[in-house]
Amino acid sequence: MSTLEHDPAPVGEPAEEKAPSRLAPIGRFVVSLLRMPTGLFGVLVMLGFVVLALSAPLFIHPSDLSVTQADGPLLAGPRSGYPLGTDPAGRSVLLLVIWGSRTSLAIGVMATLLTMVLGAGIGLMAGHYQGRVGRLLMHVTDWFIALPSLPLAIALAAVLGQGATSITIAIGVTSWTGTARLVRAQTLAVEARPFIERARALGATDTQLITRQVLPNVMPLILVSSTLTVASAILSEATLTFLGLGDPTSVSWGSLLNNAFMQGAVTAGAWWYLIPPGIAILVIVLGFTLVGRAVEHVLNARVQPR
Amino acid sequence: MSVGVPLEAPTVSGPEEGPERSDFPVYLARKVGAAVVSFVMLLVVGFIIFSLMPSDPVSALTRGRPTSDAQMNQLRHDLGLDQPLWERFLTFVGHTLTGNLGYSYEYHQPVSTLIADRLWPTLLLMGSSTLISIWLGMWLGIRAGWHPGSLLDRSASAVSLALWSVPTFWLGLILLVVFGSGSVGGIPAIFPAGGMQTHGTAGGLAPSHVLDVAWHLVLPCVTLVAVIFAQYVTIMRSSIIDERGNPYLLTARAKGLRDEVVRRRHAVPNALLPSVTVIFLQIGGMIGGAITVEVVYSWPGLGYLTFTALRIPDLQLLEGTFIVFSAAVIVCNLIADLLYRALDPRVRRQ
Amino acid sequence: MTETAVRRPELGPGEPLLDVRGLTVTYRSGRDPVYAARGVDVTLAPGETLGMAGESGSGKTTVAMSLLRLLPVDADVTGEIRFRGEDLLSVNWARMRAVRWAEASVVFQGAMSALNPVKTVGDQIAEPILLHEKVGEKAARERARALLDSVGVPSRRVTSYPHELSGGQRQRVMMAMALACGPDLLIADEPTTALDVIVQAQILTLLTDLVKERGISLIMISHDLSVLASTCDRIAVMYAGRLVETGPSRVVITHPLHPYARALAGAFPTLGDPASRRAPGGLPGDPPDLREKIEGCPFAPRCPEVEDRCRTGVVPLVEVVGAPDREAACIHVPGYDAAVARG
Repeated sequence: MSTLEHDPAPVGEPAEEKAPSRLAPIGRFVVSLLRMPTGLFGVLVMLGFVVLALSAPLFIHPSDLSVTQADGPLLAGPRSGYPLGTDPAGRSVLLLVIWGSRTSLAIGVMATLLTMVLGAGIGLMAGHYQGRVGRLLMHVTDWFIALPSLPLAIALAAVLGQGATSITIAIGVTSWTGTARLVRAQTLAVEARPFIERARALGATDTQLITRQVLPNVMPLILVSSTLTVASAILSEATLTFLGLGDPTSVSWGSLLNNAFMQGAVTAGAWWYLIPPGIAILVIVLGFTLVGRAVEHVLNARVQPR
Repeated sequence: MSVGVPLEAPTVSGPEEGPERSDFPVYLARKVGAAVVSFVMLLVVGFIIFSLMPSDPVSALTRGRPTSDAQMNQLRHDLGLDQPLWERFLTFVGHTLTGNLGYSYEYHQPVSTLIADRLWPTLLLMGSSTLISIWLGMWLGIRAGWHPGSLLDRSASAVSLALWSVPTFWLGLILLVVFGSGSVGGIPAIFPAGGMQTHGTAGGLAPSHVLDVAWHLVLPCVTLVAVIFAQYVTIMRSSIIDERGNPYLLTARAKGLRDEVVRRRHAVPNALLPSVTVIFLQIGGMIGGAITVEVVYSWPGLGYLTFTALRIPDLQLLEGTFIVFSAAVIVCNLIADLLYRALDPRVRRQ
Repeated sequence: MTETAVRRPELGPGEPLLDVRGLTVTYRSGRDPVYAARGVDVTLAPGETLGMAGESGSGKTTVAMSLLRLLPVDADVTGEIRFRGEDLLSVNWARMRAVRWAEASVVFQGAMSALNPVKTVGDQIAEPILLHEKVGEKAARERARALLDSVGVPSRRVTSYPHELSGGQRQRVMMAMALACGPDLLIADEPTTALDVIVQAQILTLLTDLVKERGISLIMISHDLSVLASTCDRIAVMYAGRLVETGPSRVVITHPLHPYARALAGAFPTLGDPASRRAPGGLPGDPPDLREKIEGCPFAPRCPEVEDRCRTGVVPLVEVVGAPDREAACIHVPGYDAAVARG
């Protein structure tokens, strides 16, 4: 995935212990990742969907997506010209699913960004400020973990109003805890190392310590966490949209299923309308999950050489 | 948030290790105290979300209904919206603790009544799904963990991963369309297309009623089990894998016991210990799945209630279900903590 | 003391209880095979006590565990292990399980982790009794109490959990458990590690008394020669998976022939310094990597008396001239050249 191939140097100067060149390890990392069958599959899937989503406007016209202008047979099974059949308004399900990837991916990524910022931010602070602030943050995190996520997300999205933004916020607010815990643990581990003591003795401020010393060491972890988070964010988006909390005008996998459900595709037995969006979700979630695990595997293998 | 459940075995806030094993009453007091604090925080968050964030609940309530300004002001007064913030919070806390969760304008009933009515179907669904998932998860997890890397183990992992990667509701939709609609590939509608019982059947504990409900329960239960059993497989599997390395198993083998007996009599009881508590901790994660399953199958429980509350949105009702769900999780976590303490002989005896 | 219902063939006069020949254990889990034991021969008469000495990784535990086929599945075991004339390496698993504990049992090291933490001590002692003999639960429970008594643990402790007992008591429980079915052979793997010196002495005395009383053969494994010297009739010293010296314990300790045995014997443990008990005093270097097939004597890199011919071919264990009950695998052993020439 593009982020991995062009991983920029960490913010600020590299910590004293780091090797000066950062490109060779990245190259090796990518190669080891691609050597794992799960890693390879995951990366291909991710790339494939991103390419599809970005290039969709090139071959999908607004008329294909418009309820009024679509001219296919209504809720018809797969046939020539409509490999995945049509929806109750006559639109091609295949094109809808491809177009839906744009919203689903977009929300997934945005929600993940929010989750990472929140989670990493809180985790870093909880790990760095170990006194009352740290403990308080820890308790808040633990409490949040206990909260059932869907009711909270529903509550937030309902109160914030229908739409992509509220869904994104709802997902972000309910997913940050996992990252926060990981980052906190890693921060504690990093700060226990002697070079932190040295930096502190040399008068480094808290901000400097965090951004220059801790953050680069925590980044790989955040990377792994983010791929796994995108997977669960896409699942969450689908669920929240299915429940009716999404933007009614935009097409996403969740909204396709919501439409199908509300318009009686179930009783009509319109399996071609119901199956593809779910398969799309399955494949992309698998893809991201496998990449996340493969990345974790490769990173661990480097840290603990056999 | 994962509406399904994550696949790493969660960590338990286990018993205190170490020489000083505190008295049980002290432990109990601490844990109950923590639960109370959690509950208070829950009320604060609930208040923030439902009373502070919405711009004007009254206009939301009266949307679509012609209301004069005077009526709206009266409504505001009735709802206590014109009081200072802290007073509103205290009123809210007072009401919640006495069971008054507000009034649903959509259903024209008190929220607590609605919740009480819908509680049993949700308990039935979640309870049966949990029991089946535990049994299935344990059966698979123990065997997968005892022979890690075996075909069984790898297949179980693959299936778990696949099931986690699909939205629960989609699985429900597929099952419903295949088995409940009668319109797919000639498969007859073996199971009902939704609801909890057929209209007109006798109620209560009449066998025909029980069977009817059970028949309606099959698909929702299967859907929920499919998604959550993977979690139990993972828990049992990692517990067993952790136990496998333990020397006392070699002792058992040296005594001449068969492999299955060593697993069953020695490894499993030890592995079960952390698993029991984690089961309670999982219940929180299951709630999301239960909500979507109820929606798909029109199962008249708290989840379906939440869904219908989204339509207006009926904020009082939403708030009520939110608090009930979250409070239930707090209680389950408390039970998990107490249960571990009660079961582990290392901690139990003084 | 009650006895078991298992009928065992009587041993002929002079017939050893245990006769191990050419025992070779190779672990094949990783990329490289690990040669943990190579061509080990051990004989044990009924009632005899044998100590196996060596550093960690010398193969002593491997050999001991292989006797009852308790090694992990990736261990490749070849050779012969004749127990009462029966080759345990070629019997089926049902027979192996029947032999385990009833005819030969183990006292494992680290009693805290070798005992199941969630079962009572009584249950764990009774378990093999219930498995191997046709007795009821009450009778088994009674035997467990009696066994606890015989090892010096108050019999009311039969309902205690392992964590409720002290380290010394746990080790006694392990012994009681090992004696439960009246075995003919007891294998004690580092029975006194992690115990303090006083308790250690008590445990050793108890062990020797028990085996002597019941005529049980004992194989004791330890890295501590002094422990073995006081409890065993014979000692076998292992290095890098091979036997390097055997003989009556008193003689091996006072006049060791193999340079490694000499180093071991010379290392009197310093009180309070656990490291000195493990590494022979002042011996430079490390034990060889068992993944490599070693040419010549494995001790050559560290031996103070090494010669060129030590590094090639094989340096076999030979009987010492003038001391037929002693063997050593060193070119400096009197009669070595003649023995090798004889083949």
